[in-house]
Amino acid sequence: MTASIRGEPASEARPEFMKGTYILAIESSCDETAAAVVRNGREVLSNVISSQIDLHTLYGGVVPEIASRKHIEKINPVITEALKKANMTLAEMDAVAVTYGPGLVGSLLVGVAEAKAIAYAAKKPLIGVHHIEGHVSANYISHPDLEPPFLCLVVSGGHTHIVEVEDYGTYRIIGRTHDDAAGEAFDKIARAIGLGYPGGPKVDALARQGNPEAIAFPRAHIEDRPYDFSFSGLKSAVLNYLNIEKMKSRDAALRGTGADAADAQMGGAAHSGVPTGGDSEGTEACPDTFSDGLTKADLAASFQEAVVDVLATRTVAAAKAFGFKTVAIAGGVASNSALRRRMTDVGEANGMRVVYPEPILCTDNAAMIGSAAYYEFLRGNVADLTLNAVPGLKLGER
Amino acid sequence: MKILAIDSSAQVASAAVVTEQGCLAEYTVNHKKTHSQTLLPMIDEILRMTENEGSDIDAIAIAAGPGSFTGLRIGAATVKGLAMVWDVPVIPVSTVAALACNVAGTPDVVCPLMDARRSQVYTGLYGFQASTLVEYSAAECVGIAAVIDKVNAIGRKTVFLGDADLFADTLAKSVTVPYETAPFHLAKQRAAAVGWLGLSLYREGNYVSAEEFAPTYLRISQAEREREERLTKS
Repeated sequence: MTASIRGEPASEARPEFMKGTYILAIESSCDETAAAVVRNGREVLSNVISSQIDLHTLYGGVVPEIASRKHIEKINPVITEALKKANMTLAEMDAVAVTYGPGLVGSLLVGVAEAKAIAYAAKKPLIGVHHIEGHVSANYISHPDLEPPFLCLVVSGGHTHIVEVEDYGTYRIIGRTHDDAAGEAFDKIARAIGLGYPGGPKVDALARQGNPEAIAFPRAHIEDRPYDFSFSGLKSAVLNYLNIEKMKSRDAALRGTGADAADAQMGGAAHSGVPTGGDSEGTEACPDTFSDGLTKADLAASFQEAVVDVLATRTVAAAKAFGFKTVAIAGGVASNSALRRRMTDVGEANGMRVVYPEPILCTDNAAMIGSAAYYEFLRGNVADLTLNAVPGLKLGER
Repeated sequence: MKILAIDSSAQVASAAVVTEQGCLAEYTVNHKKTHSQTLLPMIDEILRMTENEGSDIDAIAIAAGPGSFTGLRIGAATVKGLAMVWDVPVIPVSTVAALACNVAGTPDVVCPLMDARRSQVYTGLYGFQASTLVEYSAAECVGIAAVIDKVNAIGRKTVFLGDADLFADTLAKSVTVPYETAPFHLAKQRAAAVGWLGLSLYREGNYVSAEEFAPTYLRISQAEREREERLTKS
């Protein structure tokens, strides 16, 4: 079986004003079904995202089988809409690109099988894209003048990496998490304080009303690995705080003297009309105020502060050590407002330029895949009919 | 009428090109479950071998389910992509009905069995009248004992196929009617059978657009099942 999707780029047949390389990109690695048309890796002609968040909220997180089923339902309408919004046809595309890892295998397989079939039937070159390289490349769309080399902090539900972008398609990891990804920590804490899924945006919103210095949560340092991260200790510290609070209010309720605390635990949040669980499984009920007078917003802000602090200071320290003048942020957590602010402050204080994509390009999307694919295409990295989903694909692997 | 037929619902991956006059090519592999890598090259191979272009294909018949969730989706996504570009209809074919068509023309009752794990099988009961498929019992996901009860109730000689070998002991113990298990060249999924049944479904107008097509799982996900159980309890 030597079949390959060499195909024919469409650029030759185009009138002068339409010259350029047009890529149809498909992304289905987790719970968003997405398709986009991108010109020359930088110009987004369409960026269609069908989110499944409401479905998975019921389960407190992404259910792989449900996600895969939804991808199958949505993928054709999403692709059709992306072409329509770009006012282009499949025949006018120069290549078809798809995320082939890392991610949920069942989800990835839908996009990969579909993209292969489309590229084969339309006789177009096929380009397999690494999901995280896509996130990094979202910065090329938001900042048309950005070029490698630069340093990039990649933060999402599955990844926390400090990555050296040496050139287009050439990456070197210089820091990584030893346990939870930053986004994962946000999701877990959000569940523990009754905010539900997805945790990132909800913690971000609540933290705006709280004091980030209310509780001094720990920052883990890893010996001899100055650019690595660990968030499990922080997560335990937050859960510990909540457990102690629970016990205190239970004791108070038993003694019958701590009416306020007991009320706060039993139904304080319900009184204020904020749902505290029940809408989402695995989400805990949590009071709005604690026995020490602090609020849930203070807790969220203090937790977020601990995460943002280590992310920003370590990334900027790495940029200094390796001589980078430009620092980028990428991934779902890159839309966190506190992280954006802190990275900008710490970076600029050290004479660096700090960039990040607009929020719609931080979430999982296909425009970023089209951007990364363009540079793969220029390097001649074209896949054949045997392209498979690789759930554990490493950064920089081809 | 030229149909590309595909079955990736179980360990077998199979692709065929059929017309009313016959089967032009069939490529069937019963090796490992690597459908994601093998299915499209197989399709490419049989199209080239039969000197067909995509534009020569009038419809795509697909084993729509039941079966392995992932296998069904690899087939479904492949078909949705091909049918979208070629602008042809998709003919959803029941995997168990297609299995039964491996022995089309038999006077006996046909009982396909596909291992569905959790002590269950995907099955149905079929027969043939003048070479036309007749459904005695619709495709379902049930315990093997429930299928055998139905077979015994019909009271006629029965041919088991699919994963019948996995249930040989149970069949021997519990089936009270005369029965046979199909030989290996007839026992497993064959895309030519999907195409054969697909031709008659197409004539009856049983086809959908690439966008409309979705697999038939016959079973909800584990997370949904557990959630329903919790909700019923509380």
